[in-house]
Amino acid sequence: MNFVADFAGILLGGLAAGTVLFIVSVGLSVTMGLMGFVNLAHGAFAMFGGYIIVLAMNRAHFGFAVSLVLGFIATAALSVVLERTLYRRLYRGGELDQVLFTIGLIFIFIATLIIVVGPESQTLQLPPALAGQLNLGLLTYRTYSIFLIVIGLLIALGIWLTFERTRIGGQIRATVDNRRMAESLGIDVDRLFTITFAFGSGMAGLGGGLGAEFLGLDPQYPLKYLVYFLIVVSVGGLGSVIGVYYASLILGVLDFVLTLYLPKGGTIFIYILTILILLARPQGLLGRKEL
Amino acid sequence: MSVAAPPAGAAAPATGIESPAARLLMRRHRLRWWETLPWLAGIAFYFAAPDYLGFGCDLLVTILFALSLDLALGYAGIITLGHAAFFGVGAYTVGMLASYNIWTEPITSLLLAATTAGAVGFLSGLVLLRTTGLTLLMLTLCTMSLLYEAANMGAAYTGGFDGLPSLPIGPVFGVFEFNPLYADTQYLFALGVLLVCFVFVRTLVYSPFGQSLTGIRENVLRMHAIGSPVRHRLIVCYTISAALAGIAGALSAQTTAFVNLAVLGLDRAATVLIVLILGGYGRLYGAFIGAVVYLALEHFLAQLYPTAWQLGLGLLLVLISLFARNGILGLGDTLWRRFRPRRGTS
Repeated sequence: MNFVADFAGILLGGLAAGTVLFIVSVGLSVTMGLMGFVNLAHGAFAMFGGYIIVLAMNRAHFGFAVSLVLGFIATAALSVVLERTLYRRLYRGGELDQVLFTIGLIFIFIATLIIVVGPESQTLQLPPALAGQLNLGLLTYRTYSIFLIVIGLLIALGIWLTFERTRIGGQIRATVDNRRMAESLGIDVDRLFTITFAFGSGMAGLGGGLGAEFLGLDPQYPLKYLVYFLIVVSVGGLGSVIGVYYASLILGVLDFVLTLYLPKGGTIFIYILTILILLARPQGLLGRKEL
Repeated sequence: MSVAAPPAGAAAPATGIESPAARLLMRRHRLRWWETLPWLAGIAFYFAAPDYLGFGCDLLVTILFALSLDLALGYAGIITLGHAAFFGVGAYTVGMLASYNIWTEPITSLLLAATTAGAVGFLSGLVLLRTTGLTLLMLTLCTMSLLYEAANMGAAYTGGFDGLPSLPIGPVFGVFEFNPLYADTQYLFALGVLLVCFVFVRTLVYSPFGQSLTGIRENVLRMHAIGSPVRHRLIVCYTISAALAGIAGALSAQTTAFVNLAVLGLDRAATVLIVLILGGYGRLYGAFIGAVVYLALEHFLAQLYPTAWQLGLGLLLVLISLFARNGILGLGDTLWRRFRPRRGTS
């Protein structure tokens, strides 16, 4: 009985962390699938949104839900501005320029946050309704983790339905599969990209705030988790929401277990697994796009 | 070069040795007078700035590391985010050999480091170079992270974050001792190693092999079509590049007498990428210019205003990627073309 409870506890903790990874990375997967743009600065948007959310709660004393909405909108707005003015100049550039540009953006975000807010890490003050423990019958577990897992599941379901059932979802899938053909059919890929970029960045911002509990929130955030976001996206498959969901949950649980039992260098298994998966399936687990 | 059947047509360009194109092609490999300048500057630095020789060593190591990356990324177009993997393997080879007093002779240690790093480059290249684009980027990144975690796991042997301090390094040629307090021998040794490696790389990129690498970068399909063994060439290039990076790492361990986990970190891999692109990739001297500019700025700004330095670096990267696609040297080229007095070409 005790063993089962332990096991369930580890699983839930890992799933919650994985859910955070999913909320942050799902936008990256779709925008990379659409434009093939290597956006290493995606984590910077997550950090920006996270800061907006945490600061709105801690300093302006907004409610939790209001702060989340605010974080989403602010990040989405910022990303649209950057996309229209800077990112779009590099769509036809090489990967190298994109890598360099987005690394530069990360540095700018980090330095600006240190100057404006300060180098210390921020903590999320949970609303009382989410701060306690929840009795699940078999075991009691932190309400917030359960809340996150449920939210993540709903988001994954929502995005998946949007992809499969709506017009814009169909357009996105068509463009990921074959951009030229989609353009020939009259799909406005430029506009589509701006919308998904804004939405994906907004989601990242949301994830940055929701996950402050698990990933922490300090100015080094975009560099610290860069590799994890990229692993999730490339293992899940570009443009595949369900693939990214699975990959995030697997990575979350693995990371949770490994840091618990093998704190020194245990994450080596994550890299080995990633390399093996990518060698066997370069397009990712559920990716359809040929790379 | 004899042309069997000169192309027919009214507007056929002038063929033969006298044509501008032919002259340009033949001039490409020749040593120019200004190619001695970096080395003269290197020697001048030794006499002019004896207090900064430690910084000088750092500079020379960075140049060599960026040069090795240039071979893979600038010439062959292999986009890698994990080049520090080989730097780290080289550094740990020398570091562990010295730390456990197995082997301390510096030149043979460098060769050993090159061999180990080259072997890692060959083995990883064998599997990684089948992929391209994002997958390749991820695989190089993961390989580096894997080595990092492996070194972290074996902290009992590698020293982990604390590293292996005060490595005993034998005298060069059995005569010139490394002085831990004053880096004059280290500087000249590093300069010599860089010169040898540079001559090697220069010869390599101007050889038919180097030309085929440029071809692969520019148009891989066409290279396949003309029967070039693309994957084979890429693996050879990656192995050589890894070995050179290993020498750079080994040199870093020898000149600082220290090695820790940072040699395998993402920071180092990103820095060398920035250095190379800042200077201009796919051109031999980009590594030199980029390293000098980056390290000089970092050395004098970063200690005083670390945050402002990061902000400035970020802005610089964004500007370069948007407006100066080929770094400082590329920018220089553009300006030179624009303001050079026009000579009649026809």
